[in-house]
Amino acid sequence: MTVTAMTAGELAKKVIAKESFFILDVRNEDAFEDWKVEGENIQYMNVPYFDLLDGVEDVLDQIPTDKDVVVICAKEGSSIFVAEMLSEEGRNVHYLQVGMKAWSEHLEPVKVGDLKDGGAIYQFVRIGKGCLSYMVVSDGEAAVIDATRMTDVFMNYANELGVTITNVLDTHLHADHISGGRKIAEAVNGVYWLPPKDATEVVFEYEPLEDGRTISVGNTKIDIQALYSPGHTIGSTSFIVDDAYLLSGDILFIDSIGRPDLAGLAEDWVGDLRETLYRRYRELAEDLMVLPAHFMMIEELNADGSVAEKLGTLFAKNHGLNIEDEAEFREMVTGNLPPQPNAYQEIRQTNMGKVVPDEETQREMEIGPNRCAVR
Amino acid sequence: MIQTDMVVDAKGLACPMPIVKTRKAMKELASGNVMEVQATDKGSTADLKAWATSAGHQYLGTTEQDGTLTHYVRKSNSDEIQDKTYPYVVSNEELETLLTNRAEIVLLDVREEAEYAFGHIPGAKSVPLGDLDADLSMDKDSLIYVICRSGSRSDLAAQKLTNAGFVNVINVVPGMSGWNGVLEKSM
Repeated sequence: MTVTAMTAGELAKKVIAKESFFILDVRNEDAFEDWKVEGENIQYMNVPYFDLLDGVEDVLDQIPTDKDVVVICAKEGSSIFVAEMLSEEGRNVHYLQVGMKAWSEHLEPVKVGDLKDGGAIYQFVRIGKGCLSYMVVSDGEAAVIDATRMTDVFMNYANELGVTITNVLDTHLHADHISGGRKIAEAVNGVYWLPPKDATEVVFEYEPLEDGRTISVGNTKIDIQALYSPGHTIGSTSFIVDDAYLLSGDILFIDSIGRPDLAGLAEDWVGDLRETLYRRYRELAEDLMVLPAHFMMIEELNADGSVAEKLGTLFAKNHGLNIEDEAEFREMVTGNLPPQPNAYQEIRQTNMGKVVPDEETQREMEIGPNRCAVR
Repeated sequence: MIQTDMVVDAKGLACPMPIVKTRKAMKELASGNVMEVQATDKGSTADLKAWATSAGHQYLGTTEQDGTLTHYVRKSNSDEIQDKTYPYVVSNEELETLLTNRAEIVLLDVREEAEYAFGHIPGAKSVPLGDLDADLSMDKDSLIYVICRSGSRSDLAAQKLTNAGFVNVINVVPGMSGWNGVLEKSM
């Protein structure tokens, strides 16, 4: 029977549609435990490929025939190997093209909404890693926020929309993924903005994003207002776009809040985090649509694949916004932190421009989930 | 250079081939011997380690030079479950006390060279069990402590030394598998 390649994009569409299917993950057990393709209706089996080298007879009866089967490994070689054996046993199976490597890099663009004076805001969902980037488009111009390393995706998308990228912004110095912001700004000759308090060690030129600063996109008045909101990092800055969207960076997520420890200063920054979430954000309009820089669980995705929720709803439902007692809050965000993202220190150094790893190394550094939140 | 018994060249090969090749070659390797696997696929380190553990072999370690990874694996050795018969033994803790007190002893590590290279007790002398015959030049009265991974190879070595006329030979049990003290690498 047949073996069919499935692209990361096709797999993303299945996940967003909440399709029910079967994944045979043939990476070793540690890798599977650490990070896998997540979805609400996925049935999993993890058997390392090296346990299947003599044949798949032992696992055959555990692999369903009534739903799609996708064999997955790190880079695709082993999944093809196993898929072919399953095919020889009479099964129709798929393998994930370029494996988890492609899954980590895939970006799914979703339109979040229209802006008042024309124009629109798009979200780029990095579904495998939980990173979210944005493009604000108006009147032939675009601003890109929290761009990932896969810069072509943003530049090609701008081309397709027929707009020119003029401004590129990062809400903070990222620790879980390598920013593509500076690279895009250089390629399009645009302005690269960074919060100055996160940029004290960077070795390149940037425009300082200070509290209250306004950036316009296009001739129509689509403003991006910077709102200083420290806590995840000392410089973390949120943006209010068109008085309708709150780009909250890594401070506030849908079902969790930012962790304050990735620069090694949890105790110092927890107070800032509290101040931002319990005072500064409280002063904002509750009907702002919150657009974070990450999601943690696939359940946070809306039906169209976007990740967005009204600020008022988060005040009501997000546990991290509802801890009255300050000591308890402090304990929650510093006492019980999840493991740190893979290679987070090297990633920070890269984002400061201090080291320039080759592409393969950058890819390796980003493997795994983002782990920027506490819940 | 670490001495090994077999070299598998998996350079330039992508997953799953490094493991496929290693696994095939492993069937030809004698129990207890060490294989060296050269590979350029970065994922091969985690996979080789996981495969070796799953297959019951002993993953020793990996070195990297100019983009080539060299993995060292020792084939599982069924001999090591045999009963130890040499009567004079000390525990790891007793050995540690002797070393702390700077006692005048010879510590003989009879594991394979690659095992020794990836972690041994500082001051230990490496003489793999198979090379012991060639290295009996020590003073017959020396106080010799013999160590291996689990105490089995050192049991055989202790018997061999005693038969060769050494009078003060002691086996360290269990040996490196239970060693919590200082380790040194030599690569």
